[in-house]
Amino acid sequence: MSTCPEAAVPLEVRDVSFSYNGAENVLEHLSLSLNKGELVSVLGVSGCGKTTLFNVIAGLLKPQSGAVYMNGADITGQTGKVSYMLQKDLLLPYRTIEDNVALPLLIRGVGKKDSRRQAGERFAAFGLEGTQKKYPHELSGGMRQRAALLRTYLFSSEVALLDEPFSALDAITKTELHSWYLGVMREIRLSTLFITHDIDEAILLSDRIVLLGGKPGTIISEIAVAEPRENREDFALSEAFLGYKRSIKGLLKSL
Amino acid sequence: MTEKLRSTISKAAFPVGAILLILVIWQVVSMLGLVPQFMLPSPVSVVRALIKDFPLLMSHAAVTMLETLIGLLAGVLIGFGFAVLMDMFTPLYRAFYPLIVLTQTIPTIAIAPLLVLWFGYEMLPKVILVVLVVFFPITVSLLDGFRSVDGDTVNLLRSMGCGRVKLFRYVKLPASLGQFFAGLKISVSYAVVGTVVSEWVGGFKGLGVYMLKVKSGFAYDKMFAVIFLISALSLLMMWLVSALRRLCMPWTRKHN
Repeated sequence: MSTCPEAAVPLEVRDVSFSYNGAENVLEHLSLSLNKGELVSVLGVSGCGKTTLFNVIAGLLKPQSGAVYMNGADITGQTGKVSYMLQKDLLLPYRTIEDNVALPLLIRGVGKKDSRRQAGERFAAFGLEGTQKKYPHELSGGMRQRAALLRTYLFSSEVALLDEPFSALDAITKTELHSWYLGVMREIRLSTLFITHDIDEAILLSDRIVLLGGKPGTIISEIAVAEPRENREDFALSEAFLGYKRSIKGLLKSL
Repeated sequence: MTEKLRSTISKAAFPVGAILLILVIWQVVSMLGLVPQFMLPSPVSVVRALIKDFPLLMSHAAVTMLETLIGLLAGVLIGFGFAVLMDMFTPLYRAFYPLIVLTQTIPTIAIAPLLVLWFGYEMLPKVILVVLVVFFPITVSLLDGFRSVDGDTVNLLRSMGCGRVKLFRYVKLPASLGQFFAGLKISVSYAVVGTVVSEWVGGFKGLGVYMLKVKSGFAYDKMFAVIFLISALSLLMMWLVSALRRLCMPWTRKHN
């Protein structure tokens, strides 16, 4: 019926339609794919089905038609395959940062010592040095999101779904985390699907931006951001950045 | 550290001062003979009675404490078991929660004689009474704790492939410790009182039995002495619960 999904593609959403209890479709014939090491933003106004798409990929919702593939395997409706992270850090207040971050390893059955050691190896890369023995309430919002991302990464280094992970932070912390994130991603190259409603954030962080819109939600346009991710220190102030922003705004307005 | 010590001392100064003031007034009232000495013994004579009867009091207290501790331990274990089962199976929760609340309307003192009739004059009826007293606050506080866990957190852990047992161990249990210790603190003082009451109803040894003996001898000073001792024991147990709480919940220690 359809072509065989490619094993090299970390995540592929193919022709997904979804509706809640047979009501009007929230998502219709939606397809997108995520290449290895790529960061793709799903950008759209509130209520366009971003989070529904996210839940379908995470396996929390089952689509009426279509499928989700991970490295070529059908994972439609299965949880425990892709890791996700939300706006809320959801760190457990009674566990130290290292024990919070190591939780996915513990759940997988790795021993306490080993999981701490494995998690500890990544603290420096994530800019979390010295927080191992602290409790979440002792950290700033920005640091907590860093820890939450490290936990996500330790759960699965294959594909991460980030649902507006920085949107609850203040503007300054958010900017700080953007450059931190670009730095981290330079090293670990996690294939990431990034859901956001922030145009600037999408342009700054993505390799590609997928515009979601319409009712029912479907992909209306796709924009590749040509600027290399290694080279985005002053990208946000450049003419090229504004060019992307202008065209995205134009596309969103035409909806 | 010295700063902390100073603030602790200045905070403690008020209640300690109030207690001392009351004791002084009491002593003066007693010395002036405003109330007959035999009815309201002075604090000094209470302390004297306490010292004089100390070995005897301790041997009774040991029995009372043993009964209390066994009852507490059993009550906590049973309460814990019930809470876990009721949390796991919603029909059980629906069926038994109202029943558990209902049992609390039965006054302890009313069932103590019944327990003596059923189980005799030894330790068993006392322990059972303590279990009945302790069981409720423990079950309810644990259940509330289990149910206070944030749904998003549960979803996130499930998405990581976390099963029920691990979810319980990593999230539900630690999340409910605060409520559990609050329940335990109440339970502890209830438990001591529960034991003494059931010793009144029938027994061979224990502070409740001692109380009845000194009452029949109209030894008011000894009455007061044993009341003070019981309240001191309750305080000690409550302090132990606080210490245990700090030990089990290290994340609350670093607050402020």
